[in-house]
Amino acid sequence: MSLFLVKGAGVAGLAVAYELLRRGEDVDIVDYQDTVGHGASFFAGGMLAPYCEREGAEEAVLTLGLEAADWWDEAVPGSVIRNGTLVVAQLRDLADLTRFASRTTGHVWLGRLELAELEPSLAGRFDKALFFENEAHLDPRRALTELAKAIRNLGGRFHFGAEPPTRTKYAAVLDCTGPAAIPHIPGLRGVRGEMLYLESCEVTLKRPVRMLHPRHPIYVVPRDDNRFMVGATMIETDDDGPISARSLMELLNAAYALHPAFGEARVVETGVGIRPAFADNFPRIVETNDGLAIAGMYRHGFLLAPAMAKKAATRLSNGAVLREEMIA
Amino acid sequence: MLKLYDTELSSRLLLGTARYPSPAVLSEAVKRSGTGIVTVSLRRETSGGKTGGAFFELVRELGVRILPNTAGCHSASEAVLTAKMAREVFGTKWIKLEVIGHHDSLQPDVFELVQAARILTDEGFEVFPYTTDDLIVGEKLLAAGCRVLMPWCAPIGSAAGPRNPSALTAMRAAFPDVPLIVDAGLGRPSHAATVMELGYDAVLLNTAVAMAGDPPAMAEAFAKATDAGRLAYLAGMLEARDMAVPSTPVIGKAVFS
Repeated sequence: MSLFLVKGAGVAGLAVAYELLRRGEDVDIVDYQDTVGHGASFFAGGMLAPYCEREGAEEAVLTLGLEAADWWDEAVPGSVIRNGTLVVAQLRDLADLTRFASRTTGHVWLGRLELAELEPSLAGRFDKALFFENEAHLDPRRALTELAKAIRNLGGRFHFGAEPPTRTKYAAVLDCTGPAAIPHIPGLRGVRGEMLYLESCEVTLKRPVRMLHPRHPIYVVPRDDNRFMVGATMIETDDDGPISARSLMELLNAAYALHPAFGEARVVETGVGIRPAFADNFPRIVETNDGLAIAGMYRHGFLLAPAMAKKAATRLSNGAVLREEMIA
Repeated sequence: MLKLYDTELSSRLLLGTARYPSPAVLSEAVKRSGTGIVTVSLRRETSGGKTGGAFFELVRELGVRILPNTAGCHSASEAVLTAKMAREVFGTKWIKLEVIGHHDSLQPDVFELVQAARILTDEGFEVFPYTTDDLIVGEKLLAAGCRVLMPWCAPIGSAAGPRNPSALTAMRAAFPDVPLIVDAGLGRPSHAATVMELGYDAVLLNTAVAMAGDPPAMAEAFAKATDAGRLAYLAGMLEARDMAVPSTPVIGKAVFS
């Protein structure tokens, strides 16, 4: 058994800690925040939607992402909601829906009646929809809290805030610090994402709904307690200041177009996260001076962290990149 | 050779940089298109005064000329401010001037456009105005100091192709010596070929390439179509006729019908 240090208690850090523990290794996890999942992961949609993401991503996002739902179900039993994804568009943007269908697989076309049956809140609002039956979603905040419990049960130790880990000799260090790694890892950049939470008891959704639009596509992911996560902008900057008025207006406008009842909803939270990304927007395992980094998760944290964590844990457990007892 | 202000360019295709699946795909598309100019939106990639640092660095590394644009501006003053920011960020006096009249239709506000063009040329900018196919607006833009005109052929992002070829023809005839670039509305390589056959000097596109299934391949397809249209224009095309014209003599045949 070797002792590893995982830096960063977001989705990538927790996933790799879990994978190392499952392989019988010993793990310390540090994070400068005082709890898990309070970086970019906090603002995630939590959609496990490999088929939809394939629309604008490489084939590997689909092939690696397909295993995500099962992984989360095993690591955090009961966290995964397997109700699929709906993709819709306003009448004038139907060309975008056709285009989306031609770029993706794993979907069926729904008419008005079938849509009304599946998602009664959207009855009569759209003539056509794409249904990705085999996709899933989860509540990212709850899933990470539960995953941290599982890690503790397997013997993993957390060190939050300024508290240093109790030991200093590690077989390797795993950098899973997300956007904080941008200055240290060449080629990594930040892509700003703005989101908000709406609370409404007038709308009920069982699954994430994506509404296509040439300029402001949005997704709405239902959570418990009548809350809906609405996301997300994609802006090429690493500025993490508060949401801009324009972005807020655009997200709200799109949500309102999806369902007018969202006009009466309460805006209970707005947030901004920075997605770390390489030029190809695909994550990598990078060798560092003292171990490995899982970097560039972009908008695929919950979707691709399981696959990346398995790869990194396998490499470390095999000792492929290890030097003996490096000092952290 | 295409000459825009004092710069000579071998490619007659200008490429936008928005909405690609990733910067890596954008880079590949730029290479395969052979383009010498890419446009970059300043406003879209700005937040809290901080502007797309790492992304702009990737765009600079493409090694082609950068034509910053004022996409998303709705008034002359906003566009002038954005143009000045662009000059700082990219160190160029080139600016693609877009002043949008309506958020929804993205139709240019030609009144604000002419006003902004005058202010910017007075300040030493070399302005590439995104305009309609209106001849009078074109005249006013030239009077304001523009030496290039960039009319649309259909609304931005519509992929509809040339909706009013006779207006484009009239514009070509009205401004025989001004470089004319079709800026918006191209969806297919055949659209690019069509406007080049009308005698346009270049085409500018973004969505048609960025949102294609294989953007680099589509970039190359557009480059080839643009070149083909230009070559055909220079070679001189036949005018269409109402009936067949036999290429062998028909003397001796009894009747024509």
